[in-house]
Amino acid sequence: MNILVCMSVVPDTTTKITFTENDTKFNTDGVQYIINPYDELSLTRALELTEKHGGNVTVIHVGEASTDPVIRKALAIGAAEAVRVNAHPEDGMFVAKQIAEYAKQGNFDMILMGRESIDYNGGQMAGLVAEMMGLPLINVVTELDSDGSSVTATRDIDGGKQQVKSSLPCVLSAQKDLCEPRIPNMRGIMQARTKPLNVIEAVDQSSGTSFDSYKLPPAKSGVKLIDAENAEELIDLLHNEKKLF
Amino acid sequence: MSIAVFVETDNGEYKKSSFEAVSRASEFAKASGSTCIAITVGSKGGENLGKYGANEHIHLSGDGLEMFHPQTYATAVFNAVESKGINTVFISQTYSGKSLAPLLAVKMNGALVTGVVDLPESNSDFTVTKTCFSNKAFAKVKVTSDKSVLTLIPNSFSISESGSDVNTEEMAANAGSANTEVLDTQKVTGKVVLTEAELVVSGGRGLKGPENWNMIEELADTLGAATACSKPVSDMEWRPHSEHVGQTGITIKPNLYIAVGISGAIQHLAGVGSSKVICVINTDPEAPFFKAADYGIVGDAFEVVPKLIKRAKEIKGLA
Ligand SMILES: Cc1cc2nc3c(=O)[nH]c(=O)nc-3n(C[C@H](O)[C@H](O)[C@H](O)COP(=O)(O)OP(=O)(O)OC[C@H]3O[C@@H](n4cnc5c(N)ncnc54)[C@H](O)[C@@H]3O)c2cc1C
Ligand SMILES: Nc1ncnc2c1ncn2[C@@H]1O[C@H](COP(=O)(O)O)[C@@H](O)[C@H]1O
Repeated sequence: MNILVCMSVVPDTTTKITFTENDTKFNTDGVQYIINPYDELSLTRALELTEKHGGNVTVIHVGEASTDPVIRKALAIGAAEAVRVNAHPEDGMFVAKQIAEYAKQGNFDMILMGRESIDYNGGQMAGLVAEMMGLPLINVVTELDSDGSSVTATRDIDGGKQQVKSSLPCVLSAQKDLCEPRIPNMRGIMQARTKPLNVIEAVDQSSGTSFDSYKLPPAKSGVKLIDAENAEELIDLLHNEKKLF
Repeated sequence: MSIAVFVETDNGEYKKSSFEAVSRASEFAKASGSTCIAITVGSKGGENLGKYGANEHIHLSGDGLEMFHPQTYATAVFNAVESKGINTVFISQTYSGKSLAPLLAVKMNGALVTGVVDLPESNSDFTVTKTCFSNKAFAKVKVTSDKSVLTLIPNSFSISESGSDVNTEEMAANAGSANTEVLDTQKVTGKVVLTEAELVVSGGRGLKGPENWNMIEELADTLGAATACSKPVSDMEWRPHSEHVGQTGITIKPNLYIAVGISGAIQHLAGVGSSKVICVINTDPEAPFFKAADYGIVGDAFEVVPKLIKRAKEIKGLA
């Protein structure tokens, strides 16, 4: 069973977000980059499945050369090889085209992604790639198993859960709870140095959107403190002044 | 050229977030010199969608459309898009909406923008605002393709009921059969769904253990709110992971977020910081959450929350 894991590289969750060049660019100064947390889950689950059924895990990332150390981390966790499509990822449709193009040439039984990337929060990639490749989609998966020819998954739906079955190949996106993410060990880190990280060029530059500028949320004007002794006042304020219920 | 809204039905009722989408899309359509078509698939809700500003209502039905499935629904909606010459489709960003939107965008060969919280007046300058960095920032995104699909975050647009009734046009859709099989579905009943809630009461590690969630649930039930929690609380399995809000959990944007015993770490704030009114209850006056709050009570949750419940019950006539 060969699995393609799509990985996005995102700022560490503690990053204080700021912008430069008149708020048109994300300020990468001093920012630490990490594997998108959901992608750690799909990578780990992919490794567990290939350990059970045989086969390899390939990681693909659409991004610039600066992301290579993070891709090496995925190799250290256990992926057999990695591919980087050398391009600046911004428009989701563009990224999906690159992934679909690569995946079509491979012989993958499953394509795993994260539910969303925590930087641009697109939450769209799994659907885009599935549709471009004409494959079944199972989104937001908290449990995933395979008998080698089909998969069964539990996914989050609005207000509940659902168990879904699909034939292979198919596209799935990982949600929290899928597994305990693995961390690289010393042996993995050593091996990662010699594993292939192939760089390929982008196939199609078209994009349907452009990111023009950014802004931060308006700052709160300051907290109004209510004495704990008269905590009931909070409910009165929310009811009478704010008319929230 | 026209603009459409996919209106989601749940249990025979239209979703409130779909009314938000129709209300806002119809204003946008009007200002763009266009019409707003509401599209429903499978079962229909009770209301006339003209009330929310739709100029037309298309109802798609056929085999495979009884229950939401991203592939069959995308095929069905695309039927309507083609036959009506629709350029832009608005979809409310629920789990279903988020699965449907990318499939439809690829079929339309258009652009896709998710996480939309603000729209321009018309499509003459089609620059929308979307959330990014898990609510820590917003991006202005220009839609450069003439075809597009936009998903709108619930509770970002207000509902307007000033429209008049429209007739429903029945359309048969040939959606084929679904490419995945649903084995079982479990829905939580009798509780407000967190992703769509207007009011949310949330608890953190300060509550000490799962046995103390009774008061969180009681306050939530009294207010008609959903319950949520911080990441460690769901990691320790005090609460289900579906309640975990934050950068690596669900991002929410309710009108009211009451945080009890939550410190307000940057990753937590990322998921809830867009809430319209934030109230924080914490024993530690230095807790970072107070900086992001509108109202704060420095105090012990075990003393404060029962007082809130008591007063809320009085107001609701439940005492
Ligand atoms: C990669 C990564 C991703 C993360 N993603 C998320 C995320 O999505 N969501 C998230 O929530 N966190 C996330 N975190 C964790 C985050 O950094 C914090 O650790 C977490 O939010 C803290 O949870 P808490 O506030 O419940 O607990 P604590 O930080 O332990 O805070 C408990 C608070 O309760 C107060 N308290 C104690 N007793 C009482 C009492 N009797 N009454 C009232 N108050 C009391 C304390 O003063 C304290 O402020 C992430 C961390 C990492 C590294
Ligand atoms: N630049 C990228 N390269 C490879 N995979 C990506 C990239 N961006 C996003 N993905 C994948 O798509 C998932 C969802 O991302 P998004 O749709 O951007 O929120 C991520 O968790 C990754 O698995």
